[in-house]
Parts: sequence; C-alpha cells; structure tokens
Amino acid sequence: MARTFSIRRQRGFTTIAMICFFALYLPIAVLVFYSFNAGESLASFEGVSLRWFAKAFENQQVIDASLRSLQIAAVAAVIATIAATMAALATTRTEPYRGLTLKYAFINQPLMIPEIVTAVALLIFFARIKIWTGYSGLGYLIAAHTAFCIPFAYLPIRARLENMDLTLEKAAADLYATPWNAFRYVTLPLLWPGILAGFMLAFVISLDDVVITEFVKSAGQDTLPTYMLGQIRRTITPEMNAISTLFLLLSICVVTVFFVVNRKRV
Amino acid sequence: MPDAAGTIEAEKSRDIRKRWLLSLPALLIILLAASGPLLIVLVYSFLTPGPYGDVQWLPSLEGWISVVMEKDIFDGTFSIADAHVSIFVRSVVLSLVTTILTLLAGFPTAYFIATRPERTRELWLFLITIPFWTNLLIRTFAILEIIRNEGLINGLLLKFDLISGPIQMLFTDGAILTGMVYVYLPLMVLPLYASMEKLDFRLVEAGYDLYATPFKVLRKIVIPLVKPGIIAGSILVFIPALGAYVTPSILGGGKNLMLGNLIELQFGQGRNWPLGSALSITLMLIVMVALLAYVRNAGSQGSRHG
Repeated sequence: MARTFSIRRQRGFTTIAMICFFALYLPIAVLVFYSFNAGESLASFEGVSLRWFAKAFENQQVIDASLRSLQIAAVAAVIATIAATMAALATTRTEPYRGLTLKYAFINQPLMIPEIVTAVALLIFFARIKIWTGYSGLGYLIAAHTAFCIPFAYLPIRARLENMDLTLEKAAADLYATPWNAFRYVTLPLLWPGILAGFMLAFVISLDDVVITEFVKSAGQDTLPTYMLGQIRRTITPEMNAISTLFLLLSICVVTVFFVVNRKRV
Repeated sequence: MPDAAGTIEAEKSRDIRKRWLLSLPALLIILLAASGPLLIVLVYSFLTPGPYGDVQWLPSLEGWISVVMEKDIFDGTFSIADAHVSIFVRSVVLSLVTTILTLLAGFPTAYFIATRPERTRELWLFLITIPFWTNLLIRTFAILEIIRNEGLINGLLLKFDLISGPIQMLFTDGAILTGMVYVYLPLMVLPLYASMEKLDFRLVEAGYDLYATPFKVLRKIVIPLVKPGIIAGSILVFIPALGAYVTPSILGGGKNLMLGNLIELQFGQGRNWPLGSALSITLMLIVMVALLAYVRNAGSQGSRHG
C-alpha cells in the first residue's frame, strides 16, 4: 500500500509510542478497576461494588493519615510558594551579581541530592533537635516538606517572571507608585498564574512524598503514603486499591488545573 | 558630595542587598531542612555506632571501612564484604539498564509527541504528565498488583490452565527493573520532548534531499540535535534510580536490596548509623560524579555550537 511520504515519519516509532502509552496506563487501569471488585481477589472479578471504598472511609487510620497529609501539604506548599516567589523576584530580571549562581545552586539543591540521603540527614538532625527541645510535633515534617517543595514552586514562578516585561513596573514607578504598590497592582496580578502553578506543584509533591516522611515522622505521624507503604508490606486487600483510586483522582484534578493554568500564557 | 556614578553605584548595591533579603527565607529553609544536615551526615560517618542506634562521640573509621569491607569477628581481619559489593553492583547495573530501557522506549515516544499537529500534541503531552505527577508509591503498587503471585498475570494464566502454579515474578531483580522502567519513563520522555519540540525539521528535509535514509537522518541529524535532551533525561532517570527506595523495597523484597534499602537498614535493624552515613555520602558522591559529567558534557556542547 502506498503511503504518503512524510519527513517526520520514522518507522516503528508510532508503534513504540503507542505501546508506551498503553503500558503506562494499563497497570493504573487495572488498579482502579479492581477497587470496584466485590470480591477480595485479583484473580476474579466478582461484580461491581463500592464496599472497599466504604471500608476505607470507615477506617480511622486512613482518615487521620489523609487529613495529616492534606494539612502538611497545605502548610508546606503555602510557605514554599511565598519563599519561592520572593526568591524568584530576587533572582530574575537582573544583571548577574555576586552570589547569583550560588543562589540558583542552593535553591535547586534538593533536586540534585537523592531523596534517601536527605531523609537520612534529616533523621539524624531532627533526632538531635527532638532531644534538645522536647518538641516532637508536625513541625519537623512541615519544615522538611517546605524545603523540598521550594525548587518545584520556584520553577514556574521564575519562568513566568522571565517572560514578563520590566517596563510595566517602570511605568508604574513613573506614575509615582510606591515600590509596594507597583508590586501589588502590576507585578503580582501578572505573576499570579505562575504562583498558582508553583503552589500546585508544591502541593502535589508534598502529598506524594514517601521517603523523607518515612524517615522524619515520629510515632503516630503517618501520612497517607507512609500508611499505604506499611500496609502494602503486610497484607493487601482491595481497600488499598480504593484508597489509591481516590488519591489518583485528587492528583489528576490538581494536574489538570495546573495544565490549564500553565497553558494560558499571555 | 556623591557624583552621578556614585549614586548609581549606591543604587546598585542597595538593589543587591534587597535581593539578598528577598531570597533569605528560601535559602534559610533549604539550609536548615535540606542542605545543612548533609554536613552532619558527613560528621556521623566518622563516629562510633551507639548500642541502640545513634552514635557515640568517638572518632572511628570503621563506618567507612565497612562500606566495602567486613571485619572478621574472631581474628579482627578485614575482607571484602561481598554482600555490600553485590548491592553496589546491583544498584549501578539496574539504574544503568533502567536508563537505557527508558531511553529506548522514551525516545520514540517523545518523537511521536513532538511530531503531532499542534492541536493533538497538548493531549499526548498531558497523557505523559499525568503519570509523571502520580504518586510513585501508587504506580509501584499498580505493578505489584500485576506481577504478584495472586496478581493479574498469574491469575489469568491459572484460570486458563496455562500453568500449574504461580510463576514467581515478585521479589526478583526483574521485578525491580520493570517497576523502575515503569515509574521513571515519564522522567525520560519530558526532557526529550522539550528538546525535540525545538527541532528544526527543515534540517531533516535537507537530509532527505541529499538522499539520506530515514535511519541516517535519525542518526546524523535528529540524535545529535536532541543530545542535550538525551543527556538531561538520562540524568533525571539515573539519579533517582540509583537512590531508589520505595520501588525496590516493594518489588524486590528483603533479599534483592538496592543502595537505598541498605542505607535504611543501617538506621533500622542494623543500628549502625556511621555505616549508614558513610553509605549515604558514597551514594551522593556517585551522583555528583554523574552530575559533573553532565555539566562538562553540556558545557562542551554549548561551546561547540557557540
């Protein structure tokens, strides 16, 4: 069969791509499908039921862990986004100055170090502080999450700032706006999509974290992912599938919003 | 009296001071809860293990020696610790193979997305982004559901009487590899796509005009042009794969350890914090070497084009 020749075509690439997309979604689809299983086993599907969702909603440990996850993610993402916005304002739209490269390296540092190493470092450091201060609340987890969320929040905010026109703020200054008012009424509204995107990335990253949380948490401070890790190592029931399905749904919502916000570039 | 140049100078230094003040919160948080504690790990690696975990403040090199050697408890001589060496080898080999496999699968996928028309491209990109931001634990769990003894594959095979007993797929190196390729594939595709998106297809056209075959176009034009993306993707996959903890601990079980699990063990049952610290620093050094190679490579790329 004659096919029109396209310079973009490479033999077999479309097939491999399709296999990749299929392979990426098949396990997730199976996971979601079996969360509606009336039976207990993966080997047989015994009809549609919501019993495992009901069970998850009655499980106090799951509820506590979920609320803790959301609480940590919300606080960490807010602090990380504010700190990242300030840092982005300080590191963009300027001639290079002494220490600028150092700042970049420092802000992106959590991305360069394997998570397990940071986790171990925080375990040691926070164990000392716990002994000194006697405090063992959620503060440690929030601090750790804020730190590794900063580079993720920083990325879209910085990207947005770099595409922004400096003359707008100059114009505001020419019209006798104070620096704060120029920021409040000119920079901030223009920067807003970047800040929102940064916040959502930080939120998802915090929500997903397993390794650092596993090492930093004190007794009784399980987040949803560390609770799930513990369960998966013991016995697996479709309740895990139900929890995963709900978790997935939340992630997909946040990613969709992120995608839409980020797409609307002015 | 300050002259004009002096005023500009003063203005500049005030601006820089303001910029430092603005970046201070981010820098402090990272210093306190990410970078700073790494120094403590370095110190701990040179101390003596405490009886119930933690350390005693007695300097010792034993943590570092134990990274690759083990002490005979009877005569105190040192020999190579085969268990540790095999974990190092497994970690490096599995991470390299993961990187190669994700590259082989991810390159055509990224190329496919980059060559879609503008309208559908966004959708394909979105389909890669969703697994990228989906919890790694959940994605590992999804693989577990498929390959465990009571899982989908064995369940189907047993149902149709193709096998008499379940095939043991879980708790093997193959299971870890499958899981890592699965979870890290999006990390490879996204940077590859980012550099393919900028690919100038007029160059490809020129190649064909000069009678190149599609394969030759790929090898001589496309691959050299997207090399930065290939390197970035490889680094993005290799680093987390080398330090992987969740995937090998769920799919590899207690026997097929990787470096991340070996480190965790020292802070748990092993109660050898100095060894765990030394192993962490070692892992970090390997990553640094990989990053330096990347920076040097990216640098030479830049100078060649510039």
